[in-house]
Amino acid sequence: MPLVKNGNTATDIFVHVADGAELPGDGAVLVSAARFLADTEALVKRAGKLGVIWPNNRDLDDLVPYLERLAVVALVFPTFRDGRAYSQARLLRERYGYEGELRATGQVLRDQFMFMLRAGFDALEAKKQSDVEAFALTSRRYSVFYQPTGDGRLTALHRRMQQRQSESAG
Amino acid sequence: MYAYDELDRTLLNERVAEFRDQVKRRLSGELTEDEFKMLRLQNGVYLQLHAYMFRVAIPYGTLSSKQLRRLAHIARKYDRGYGHFTTRQNIQYNWIKLAELPDALADLAEVGIHSMQTSGNNTRNVTSDQWAGVVPGEVEDPRIWSEILRQYTTLHPEFSFLPRKFKFAITASAHDRAAIKIHDIGLRLHRNAQGEVGFEVLVGGGLGRTPFIAKTINPFVHGRDLLSYVEAILRVYNRYGRRDNIYKARIKILVHELGSEKFAAEVDKEWRAMGETALTLDDGVIEEIRSRFTYPAYEKLPHMPEELKKAAADPLFERWRRNSVFTHKVQGYAIVTVSLKPVGAPPGDATAEQMDALADLADKYSFGEIRVGHEQNLALPHVPKRDLPALWKALDEIGLATPNVNLVSDIIACPGLDYCSLANARSIPIAQELTRRFANPDTAELIGRLHINISGCINACGHHHVGHIGILGVEKNGEEFYQITIGGRADENAELGMLIGPAVPFGEVADVIEDVVEAYLALRERPDELFVDTVKRLGVQPFKERVYATR
Amino acid sequence: MTSPLEQKIRITGPSIVTANRTADGAVIYRNRTNGWSTDLSHAAVVRNADDARALLAEAAADDVGAVGAYIAPVSVKDGETIKPGNLREHIRQRGVTIDLLPVSA
Repeated sequence: MPLVKNGNTATDIFVHVADGAELPGDGAVLVSAARFLADTEALVKRAGKLGVIWPNNRDLDDLVPYLERLAVVALVFPTFRDGRAYSQARLLRERYGYEGELRATGQVLRDQFMFMLRAGFDALEAKKQSDVEAFALTSRRYSVFYQPTGDGRLTALHRRMQQRQSESAG
Repeated sequence: MYAYDELDRTLLNERVAEFRDQVKRRLSGELTEDEFKMLRLQNGVYLQLHAYMFRVAIPYGTLSSKQLRRLAHIARKYDRGYGHFTTRQNIQYNWIKLAELPDALADLAEVGIHSMQTSGNNTRNVTSDQWAGVVPGEVEDPRIWSEILRQYTTLHPEFSFLPRKFKFAITASAHDRAAIKIHDIGLRLHRNAQGEVGFEVLVGGGLGRTPFIAKTINPFVHGRDLLSYVEAILRVYNRYGRRDNIYKARIKILVHELGSEKFAAEVDKEWRAMGETALTLDDGVIEEIRSRFTYPAYEKLPHMPEELKKAAADPLFERWRRNSVFTHKVQGYAIVTVSLKPVGAPPGDATAEQMDALADLADKYSFGEIRVGHEQNLALPHVPKRDLPALWKALDEIGLATPNVNLVSDIIACPGLDYCSLANARSIPIAQELTRRFANPDTAELIGRLHINISGCINACGHHHVGHIGILGVEKNGEEFYQITIGGRADENAELGMLIGPAVPFGEVADVIEDVVEAYLALRERPDELFVDTVKRLGVQPFKERVYATR
Repeated sequence: MTSPLEQKIRITGPSIVTANRTADGAVIYRNRTNGWSTDLSHAAVVRNADDARALLAEAAADDVGAVGAYIAPVSVKDGETIKPGNLREHIRQRGVTIDLLPVSA
């Protein structure tokens, strides 16, 4: 699956390790939530980066204690209509201060890129190569945002307030 | 009026450009219908029986004359010369072509109108009292808060893919004209003991196949916390709302299954966990929005001008004035409801010519402003009383002076099987026949306030559950049948109607409704006991006996 | 969502496949030459479930040109005149059953 990270096409260095399969001795791996929770200690002590695929119907509480030791949290869009992972993403970034890679996986399409970026995703596992190519255009499509999220973009309200203040100061 | 600034305009244009690209990709086959469907729905585009339908938002029901003219232009240029005003302060066009939609959206964006989130599983157009800002006794203009919510909910990065659609309504009056109790979130603006402005928050109202009246989950949320509290509700819903069954996905089901107390506790927990948040509205921010609502420079006018005294001699004018003219908060002015329910016509439809003519009348008599109400009527919100006779004549000439506001022929109806791909039965012909049966204005006045609501299927777009008389179309062995309920209401005392008897075929509906009304006239205690109060006092049984005795 | 092709198909009489045209939403019928027509008289009529399934599959494959293909009942008079088999299809073919425009004074 093509990966866009921080706006650029990237090679995915993480090896997806199936639940029953043997872990490679080193190197970056991505495991399921079930495997992570069953074998947390061994996984976090292992050499090599660790990523976890977290389902969208699972509470984040079980994941939060380990956030500092994770290089990737991959959240899942089973269909593009299912928006639960947007909430998980914002909570991970804004409430729990997660700073590693936050990856969108599953039905990840161009027309949802902007929402994903605003929710805190910095890596998108796009379904279609053509969507990867359209990333630059898509991510610049909007310049005005009404809601504050943790992505740092100024909201329309704040820009208006700034404008007012500079007008009254001038 | 709320004035869009450069930022609002930029966002609209960016949205139009995005949709233009999406339509292009759909027509070229780059997007499948499955992928595109959600994108078009988020821009108010449905596919109905005959064509695409295009739903345009009229946030909190306020339009400028320039905007109304543009709605007429859309009807003329891209559709078949008319539009349909809905029960949620939208206008729908029935014959739009997908390939032309981006141009229609661009035309609308020029006057600050859009169709964002008028369908799809996201937060819909925020509706409010159509008399906001002009009715006496209001706590404050609820549109300021409606606009704050409109901005907050537009293209929300977290809540654009909810389990199901999500509707807000706000009122700031003791009498609820916004039907807040049948919304996913209903907000009642009021002041606490300290005189601060805040909201009673109701959640989980809605009609459809499982109707519920909304429950209060917080009696007072301070105005500054409105957005953070709403975000907490939406987050709880986004996380726990059911996605396994489309019929159980609305927030009303979650509230019902958890119980409103448990639901309120979940919201409270989430809200507290948010702590300090950028969503908190400080006074400056609220003031910023407030400052962009402008109000007319009212003159000092007499309460009873000569023109009005003179016109009172004309019984036809007097009938219209009694029926369609309402008290304004400023002396010498009036609110005029413009009935879109002429006898024999589809409820809520207006032609491009009528829209243009009404825009001209708004410029002449109402400071260029028009309102849209959930009853599918329009209003001119600031008419000097001295101009009422002239306005009446002008409205009458364009077929917009039917004196039936709130009366039996002021019917709310969905488009039904004549247009809608979900419908099981027709709604409009039933409404047309009923308006003919009750065409005599003396009879209608004698009957008094009586709301008839018609839906062509269980999705209840005609709000039949909350009609004083509700009519629901169903299909039985390929034939149209109609279930009739009585005693529903959509206001501050909202209730669901009760079934009066077995469903009746298309051809008998009007007879049955006439019998129900006859029964009411016989059963009411006094001439001013409203239909809905008689039902409340006596229950369904005496109506059932009278109506079904001979059937 | 179950794909229309996986749904059980049961037809009780002569049937056609209908949809709406993608570009303008117009009502269209799958015709006898593997294309679409806006005229019901050109529609391909099927009389058993297998034929109906095949016609629907062929129609649904045209995702670019048509939206929401489904099987609808018709009646066939004198072996040739095709008429809609229910009120919904009648309305789709003939238009709304009401006067379109509000009555103007």
